[in-house]
Amino acid sequence: MSSTHASTAQPSYLVDTGARQGLMAWLTSTDHKRVGLLYLYSMVSFFFVGAIIGLVMRLVQLTTFEKLITAQTYNALFTLHGVIMIFLFVIPGLPAVFGNFFLPILIGAKDVAFPRLNLASWYFYMAGAILAVLALFTGGGAPDTGWTFYAPFSLKTGTNVSLAVFAAFILGFSSMLTGINFITTIHRMRAPGMSWFRMPLMVWAIYSTAWIQLLATPIVAITLVLVILERFFGIGIFDPAKGGDPLLYQHLFWIYSHPAVYIMILPAMGAISEIIPTFAKRTIFGYKAIAFSSMSIAGVGSLVWAHHMFTSGMSNLAQLVFSLLTMIVAVPSAIKVFNWVSTLYKGSIDFQPPLFFALSFIFLFCIGGLTGVMQGALAINVHIHDTYFIVGHFHYVMFGGTGFAFFAALLYWFPKMFGKMYSKKAIYASWYPMFIGFNMLYFGMLILGMMGMPRRYYVHLPQYHTLHVVATVGSWLLVLGLLMFFGALLYAIFKGEKAEDNPWGGVTLEWTIPSPPPLENFEEIPIVTRGPYHFEPQAKS
Amino acid sequence: MSAAPETKVIPSSLGPDSEGSTGASSVTQGSGHRDDFGSRLGMWLFLVTEMVLFGGLFIAYSYMRYRYPAEFHHGGGELNATLGIINTLVLLTSSLTVVLAIVAVQRAEKKRAMAFLGGTLVLGVTFLVIKGFEWAAKFHHGLYPNSAHLATLPPGEQVFFGLYFTMTGLHGVHVIVGLAVLGVMLWWVATDRIRQDRYIHLENGGLYWHLVDVIWIFLLPLFYLAA
Repeated sequence: MSSTHASTAQPSYLVDTGARQGLMAWLTSTDHKRVGLLYLYSMVSFFFVGAIIGLVMRLVQLTTFEKLITAQTYNALFTLHGVIMIFLFVIPGLPAVFGNFFLPILIGAKDVAFPRLNLASWYFYMAGAILAVLALFTGGGAPDTGWTFYAPFSLKTGTNVSLAVFAAFILGFSSMLTGINFITTIHRMRAPGMSWFRMPLMVWAIYSTAWIQLLATPIVAITLVLVILERFFGIGIFDPAKGGDPLLYQHLFWIYSHPAVYIMILPAMGAISEIIPTFAKRTIFGYKAIAFSSMSIAGVGSLVWAHHMFTSGMSNLAQLVFSLLTMIVAVPSAIKVFNWVSTLYKGSIDFQPPLFFALSFIFLFCIGGLTGVMQGALAINVHIHDTYFIVGHFHYVMFGGTGFAFFAALLYWFPKMFGKMYSKKAIYASWYPMFIGFNMLYFGMLILGMMGMPRRYYVHLPQYHTLHVVATVGSWLLVLGLLMFFGALLYAIFKGEKAEDNPWGGVTLEWTIPSPPPLENFEEIPIVTRGPYHFEPQAKS
Repeated sequence: MSAAPETKVIPSSLGPDSEGSTGASSVTQGSGHRDDFGSRLGMWLFLVTEMVLFGGLFIAYSYMRYRYPAEFHHGGGELNATLGIINTLVLLTSSLTVVLAIVAVQRAEKKRAMAFLGGTLVLGVTFLVIKGFEWAAKFHHGLYPNSAHLATLPPGEQVFFGLYFTMTGLHGVHVIVGLAVLGVMLWWVATDRIRQDRYIHLENGGLYWHLVDVIWIFLLPLFYLAA
C-alpha cells in the first residue's frame, strides 16, 4: 500500500475550509466523514431517548412505581421505544456511521459515489425522526400499536398511527438511498488493485447489507402507505370487514422487517471481522467463508420472514418450510463465529478495549442466536410466542449483538475519527456495570418468558415479581454503564490525548492515513497489492 | 438506453484510472469527477426499489385475486377497457418521444430535442386527463373506497376497487413525478445544462419514465382485461 506523504498538504476534515463556518459548515457538508458524524451524534441522542423510555418501562414493574404511568401511556412507551430504537438507531446503525465514515477509506476512495445524495439521506433521516417524535404529541395521542403496527388494530386505533407510519416511510427512504449509494460506491470507486477479494470484510458486510436495504425496504414502504390509505380512505385491503386480510399485512410487514434484522446485524459482524484480526495480529481465518456467509445471510435471511407468524394461522406446510429455512440461516452466522474464534487461535493477542467489546459481542450474540434457533422450532415457538422470551432474545441480538458491536467499532475507530484517544481504564470500568446489568435484565427476561410472562403487559402476576425486580435493577446498571461509556468518549473528544495515526497496529487502508483523516482522505489514491489483513510475521520473543 | 454510445469517463488529474483485473474504474472524484456509468448504475438500483415497491402491491393483488376470482372478473368488467388501451398507447408513444429526445441531444439538435420532450409532457398530461375522467366516472357510480354503494357489493369487489384505486393512484403519482422530472430536463436542455457531451441526467430521467410505462403495461391486463 502506498505510503502517505510526510507533509500533509490537506487540512483535517474537522477544520472548516469552505465559505461556511461552524454548524452551517457541518449541515451543508457532503464530506462522507462529516455525514457519518452527523449520523453518529443524532443516533446516539435518539439511543438515549429510547433507553430512558426503556428505563421507565422497567420502573413500572416495581411495586413502588406501579402508578408512575397509566396503562395507555405504557402502550405508547413500548411503541415509541421500539420505533426509536429500531428505526432511528439499529437500522441506520453501523452503516450510517461507520459505513459512511470508513467505506470510502477502506476501499481507497475520496468519497462515496453520490455525496449530495448522502447528505440528503441524513436529512431524510432527521425528517423522519422529527415526525416520529411529533407523532407523540399531536393527533389522537401517541401510537399504541407496538412498533409492528399490526392490522387491524393499527387501522382502528384513534391514536396518531398515521404520522408515525409516515415517519417510518421517510426513514425507509433514507435507508434505501444509502443502500444505492454504497452499492454504487463499492462497484465503481475501489482503488486500483482493490479486487473484490482484497476488500476488507467490513466492506463485504456493508455490500450485502446495502442489497437488503435496496430489496426489502420498498416492501415496508408500500405496506405503510397502505396503512395510511386504509386509515384515510378505507381501501379495505387489510380490513376483514371489507374482504381484506390482516394476515396479508403481517406477511408484507415481515418480508421487510425480518431482513431488516440482518440490516442490523451484518455490518456489526463486519466490524467484528475488522477488529479481531487487528488485535490477534494475524490474518482472518476463512476470509472467503466470511465474505460469502454475509451474502448468504442476506439471501436466505430474506426467505424466513413468516417465522414471526407461527401462531397467526398459517398452513402447516408453510410453518414447516419457514421453520426449516430459519434453522438454515443459523449456519452462515455460525460460520462467522467459528472463523472469529479460529482467528484468535495462535494469534498474538493484544488485549485492548475494542477487542474486549468484540469478545463480549461474540458471547452475547451466541446467546441471542441460539435462543433464536430455539424459537425457530415450531413446538417451542408455540409455547414462548409473545412472551418475555422473545423480548430477551431480540435484545440479546440487537443490543448484545449490534449494540455491543457498535460500541466495539466506536472504540476501534474513535482515535481515527477524532484524532483523540480515550481513557482505556474508564472504558473498562464502564464495561462491568454494562455487561452485568445487561445480563441481569435480558437473561431475566428469557427466564420470565419461559415461565410464561407475556410481553407488552402493564402488570404482572406475583410469581414473576422477583425476576422483574432483578431485571429492573439490571436496567439501572446497564444505563449507568452506558453513561460511563459515552461520558468517557465525550471527555476524550474535548480533553483526550492526541491519538497516533495507527494506535492498534492495523493494516487496512484507514490506518495508513493521518488521524483525523485529511479532507480528501488520501494525498494520492493508493495502489493495493495484497489482501486486507496482511500482518508482517512477528519476531519470536 | 440502447441508443447511448459508450460512456465517457473524464479522468481527473488526481489519480490514474485503474484498468484490467480489478474491474473498478474511475477512482477519482472531487472537482473533476464524473462517472456516467456510476450514475446510471445508481438510477437502475433506484428503479429496482420502485419495482419492489409496486411488487408489494402485485403480491397483494395476486393473493386477493386467488381468493376472489369471480369478483375480480366482475370488477374488471366495470372498468372501461377502451380508455385503458388508449392510455396504454399514449404512454408508449410518450416513451418513444423521450428516446427520440435523447437521440436528438446526442446529435446536438437542441430544438428537436425540446420538441420531443415537450411532446412527452403533453402525452403524459393526456394520460392523466383520461385517467381523471375514468376515476370521475367511477366516483359518479359510487364506486370509490368507503362509499355506501361499494359497501353493498360482495367483499371481493370491495377489495378489487380498493386495489384498483391504490395501484392506479400510486402509478398516477409516479406519472406526476415523472412529468416534473422531465419538465426540469426540458429546462436543462433549453439552458444547455444537458447537451451533446453531457446528457446522463436526461437518460436517467428517461429511464424513470420508461419504468412508469412498464408498470402501466402490467396494470392494464391485471385490471382492465381481467374480465
